[in-house]
Amino acid sequence: MRREPPRSLADYAPLFFPALMLIVFFVVPFSIMIAVSFFKRNPAGFYTPDFVFDNYARFLTTFFGSVLGFSLLLAILVAVCCVVIAFPFTYLLTKRSRAVQTVWLVGLLSVLSLSEVIIGFAWSTLFSRTAGITNLFVAIGLMKEPVALLPSFWAVLTGMVYQALPYTILVLYPALVRLDPTLLEAARTLGASPVRAFFNVVTPALRNTIVATLIMVFVFALGSYLLPQILGRPSNWTLSVLITDQAIYQSNMPFAAAMAVFLVLISLALVGLTLLAGRKENAL
Amino acid sequence: MTEIMKTMLSRRSVLGAGVAAAGVLAMPAILRAQEKSLKVGVYGGYFKKSFDQHIFPEFTKATGITIESVAEPTGEAWLVQLEQAAKAGQAPADLSMMSQTSTLKGQSTELWQPLDTAKFKHYGELLPQFINKYADGRVAGIGAVAWYITLVTNTNVYKEAPTSWDALWDKANADKLGLLALASNSFLLEVTAKTFMGGTNALDTDEGIDKAFAKLAEVKPNVRLWYRDEAQFEQALKSGEIPMGQYYHDVTGLAAKDGQPVRSTFPKEGGIQDSGNWVLSRASKKVDEAHTFIDYMSQPAVQGLMSRNVGTAPTLKRDVLDLKPEEFAAVSSDIAPIIPRYDLYVSKADAINQKWTELIVG
Repeated sequence: MRREPPRSLADYAPLFFPALMLIVFFVVPFSIMIAVSFFKRNPAGFYTPDFVFDNYARFLTTFFGSVLGFSLLLAILVAVCCVVIAFPFTYLLTKRSRAVQTVWLVGLLSVLSLSEVIIGFAWSTLFSRTAGITNLFVAIGLMKEPVALLPSFWAVLTGMVYQALPYTILVLYPALVRLDPTLLEAARTLGASPVRAFFNVVTPALRNTIVATLIMVFVFALGSYLLPQILGRPSNWTLSVLITDQAIYQSNMPFAAAMAVFLVLISLALVGLTLLAGRKENAL
Repeated sequence: MTEIMKTMLSRRSVLGAGVAAAGVLAMPAILRAQEKSLKVGVYGGYFKKSFDQHIFPEFTKATGITIESVAEPTGEAWLVQLEQAAKAGQAPADLSMMSQTSTLKGQSTELWQPLDTAKFKHYGELLPQFINKYADGRVAGIGAVAWYITLVTNTNVYKEAPTSWDALWDKANADKLGLLALASNSFLLEVTAKTFMGGTNALDTDEGIDKAFAKLAEVKPNVRLWYRDEAQFEQALKSGEIPMGQYYHDVTGLAAKDGQPVRSTFPKEGGIQDSGNWVLSRASKKVDEAHTFIDYMSQPAVQGLMSRNVGTAPTLKRDVLDLKPEEFAAVSSDIAPIIPRYDLYVSKADAINQKWTELIVG
């Protein structure tokens, strides 16, 4: 197929709709948010249009720095856990028959229909002392008495990985299904064990997919604000929780906007760095 | 001939019926134009449902003024909407139920029309905390609904009811408490000041506030859950997972009545009394109707009706009420309440919020 450079305006027409959507649903709201982040906060009322840096200055403290750091680390950890679990799982899934795959995929899709609230409350029951899984462990003699597994960092991590896992699998699935089977056959013919072939052939072949998935889950996890509240202690609250507090409970829109802008910029920078590192390695 | 007459008659009667029908259809429009009405904003959800069911129909029956109730969004969104609409001369609701902090914030832009208290027959019997005044003494709002936040416990875990808020500080209660997550809805600074510093006046100065924060920091190891969502704590309290905390008195009472192992205690320092006001937007033209409404709502009989059916604490002095002792106890107490320092959440909102967040998150 020969590609011709677009000549007339009409050749660009297919781009108009996505561009319009991007402007209406991303550029405009994000610009408003940036504008509000420079507005002046009036504690007795609302905010007035202005151009001040107070909101950013308030954010630049070790306190908010550590909350931001925690949010980023949590999101990275969720992304890594999800990919570590989902990648081998999806790989093995693609080796099953069509019917088995369909059942699994439908099951995973149905998990997506659960809201964050339901997931949070379900895990908080499962992790509770009075009705949780530790009662099962006691029943089968693994533990002496039931304990509460929440609130804790591990409860938050579990909830968030559970929530993000179906997305991870659904993103990895198409790439793994399309993976050329001859690659593996060649590896096996040359004497590699299945495990070795998986790590030395399949994984490097899908490096870009894995990086893209990591980024997607990272961004997805960064926005989470309900699960850390339901399953964690205040020290496990993400920056998104504090943004919600400011926006909804303190009606401090300028400060909430400044925090949100900061979060978006930092995550964009991290995503950019990841892509940059990926490109360099590819060039070698 | 008779045939023709018949047809004529029927034709005429059809025409007549048509005219009559048109008249009937037109009548309600005329009636409606003369009918008095009032748009009232109430907190969405439970309050709106209860008011629509128990209170507003009675008001219309008594005064002929129809009520159009508007569900208010949570937080301060409604205040922002009212303010912006008033700038354009519009009132999305004439009267609104408004939290004390939002009432004070609205005062700063003169959003509320001053009320003529001579029109309220029971003005003299209102408890002082339910009259919200501008700095110059004009009345900005009259108490609409009030409720108590008390010390609640699971009866299976705590056989004896605690008697004082200092139970929150008791080292024996490590990791057992559920408390509200924000300074401005938990009012724990006020509780600290009343329990250990002689009263909420101790919060007048910055040093006083710092001292209260330092004392409050000692509670932190006892807290298992800082909740924003009520369902989160209520469930844990019932199951005994989190056996002590602060919660709504009326809701806890209802749960106990349902046979749940929970109890609500008014500590000797008093329960926390939070409340909302009726406020009239400056853009509203329904001034007379609004006064009639507030007058009606402030009657002892209506306050009794609300206590029984909505579960709110009465805004009037106890001796004018027709509530039986057990009905009164279900919604209120004779122990003087801890009244939150709403002024702090306006004048020092950001500083207190920042310290609070650092206290519980850090």
